[in-house]
Amino acid sequence: MNTRTLASRKARQSLAFGIIRLAMLMVVGALGGIILLLVVQGIGAINWTFLTDVPRDSMTKGGIFPAIVGTIYLTLGALLTALPLGLASAVYLSEYATQGRLLGLVRLGIQNLAGVPSVVFGLFGLALFVVHFHMGVSLAAGSLTLGLLILPTVIGASEEALRAVPAMFREASLSLGATRWQTIRKVVLPAAMPGILTGSILGIGRAAGETAPIMFTAATFYTLQLPSSPWQEVMALPYHIYVLATAGTHIDQTRPLQFGTVLVLITLVLGMSLTAILIRSRLRKSKKW
Amino acid sequence: MARRKEAPEASRLKCGAGARSHAREARVRAIFIVSGCFSLVVMALIVLFLFREGIGLFGEVRPWDFIFGKLWYPTYDPPDFGILPLITGSLLVTLVSSLIAVPLGVGAALYLAEVASPRVREWVKPAVELLASLPSVVLGFVGMVVIAPLMQEWLDLPTGLNIINASMMLALMAIPTIASISEDALYAVPRDLPEASLALGATPWETLVKVTIPGALSGISTGVILGMSRAMGETMVVLMVAGGAAQIPDLLGSFPGFLFESVRPLPATIAAEMGETPYGGTHYHALFAIGMVLFFITLGFNLLATWLSKRFQQKGAATL
Repeated sequence: MNTRTLASRKARQSLAFGIIRLAMLMVVGALGGIILLLVVQGIGAINWTFLTDVPRDSMTKGGIFPAIVGTIYLTLGALLTALPLGLASAVYLSEYATQGRLLGLVRLGIQNLAGVPSVVFGLFGLALFVVHFHMGVSLAAGSLTLGLLILPTVIGASEEALRAVPAMFREASLSLGATRWQTIRKVVLPAAMPGILTGSILGIGRAAGETAPIMFTAATFYTLQLPSSPWQEVMALPYHIYVLATAGTHIDQTRPLQFGTVLVLITLVLGMSLTAILIRSRLRKSKKW
Repeated sequence: MARRKEAPEASRLKCGAGARSHAREARVRAIFIVSGCFSLVVMALIVLFLFREGIGLFGEVRPWDFIFGKLWYPTYDPPDFGILPLITGSLLVTLVSSLIAVPLGVGAALYLAEVASPRVREWVKPAVELLASLPSVVLGFVGMVVIAPLMQEWLDLPTGLNIINASMMLALMAIPTIASISEDALYAVPRDLPEASLALGATPWETLVKVTIPGALSGISTGVILGMSRAMGETMVVLMVAGGAAQIPDLLGSFPGFLFESVRPLPATIAAEMGETPYGGTHYHALFAIGMVLFFITLGFNLLATWLSKRFQQKGAATL
């Protein structure tokens, strides 16, 4: 029997909900504060030269064009690696897998792959791609490493999209005499495609912002050339930020450029993530079926 | 599809075509099953290559001295390869960051699942997801360039690069993981349970504490452990913000002053030293061995999380 009065129970509730609101406010406030600060500090450095020129005068002047291009190449390379593999895995999980030991094992593999620290991916990429396959520190090695890193994200998103296609679609196709593979190719995949792409964009955003996996596999401190083949090392935005902030010889002089580079990176990454999140919430709401 | 164009003859050739398409279906199926296993293959390759490159260390340093050695001086002559200070560094930043991230992450989940109106929720949830996609190097940069100087000045410290600063930045990385998994867990509690509680006259808060949260507890713990695992494996933040001194802080003697000590967690050590060590040397092998330790610690966390979510899964109203 609760002996407290209703009023005190209500007051207790207001207090508790107040604390919960405060927690949320702190989280959103931290995010908002950080983004605001980076925009305010970084916007001054952004101009046409900064975006399109190569670094000059030991990085104290000029721009970050090679780093922007490098990050875009690395990200596309990661997507080219992860999308086919991830999609195939997701088709297996959603269309072919039957309950059993193998499925349990595969799921365990995916979950744990998602939990492997990014620096361990970096070591793995160094040992397998750079050294064992003799790729050297290169765009190719970095792209493959990042691709494996985002594989679980792509699998998860693709599987969710495939499962969201109603069973009715498959049954209708099968009942018309189509085989399973025809059904997947002509009915299930097209219906799931928007969801698959949205999930992949989230993966891309992660790939673009990762530093540790490319430190030993792809990134270089300084190059004036744009990569002309996948076997060259590249500059990349996240690594550029790290190097300028820690190892540069003119740390204070390059401070504005550092903030500018950070702003370019978060615009790229958060822009992609935001697009994906918004498209996804719209997709979830306006399902035609 | 060539076969479709031959439709009129297809009825006559039904047998052959059927067998052919059957064979192809089996082939396609096999291809997908094989590619489904690809993640397992990658996991196996990771273990294989970490071992291959790391095992060389143990010809020169005994495993016991490696794990429990208190000195990490890989470039001295003779070198010391004891990673106990690195392990304690990792554990400290992980623990302190979860002390910050768990209340905030679970609070955020409670807010999203129980307190927020649908309209507010629609705005706040993407914000939490956005926090998850902030690159770690950006958080490291903020900790290093913005927070550290402020901390140094306000608290009159020799350096602002320390355990508490790194833990705050790590917490920001762990919060979205904790919040989103906890939120899912709160939603997964069958609705008739809280409704029954409310119908009996309990307030929404009492219902939350006594019915919904206990029902979601396994999911919430899974989220907390995955969040901690993320903080443990995170590299750039600890590399840039934790200070980098391979030492074991005096926890009890200086409580809570140890929060302002500098540490060198496992991932930071790998990232900082791999670029400067020659390929194939003892130091190189040692860094891979550290990778192995880190891999198995996070694997342990993740397996624990999986086990928790399976073991205490809500199976309908009856188990409550």
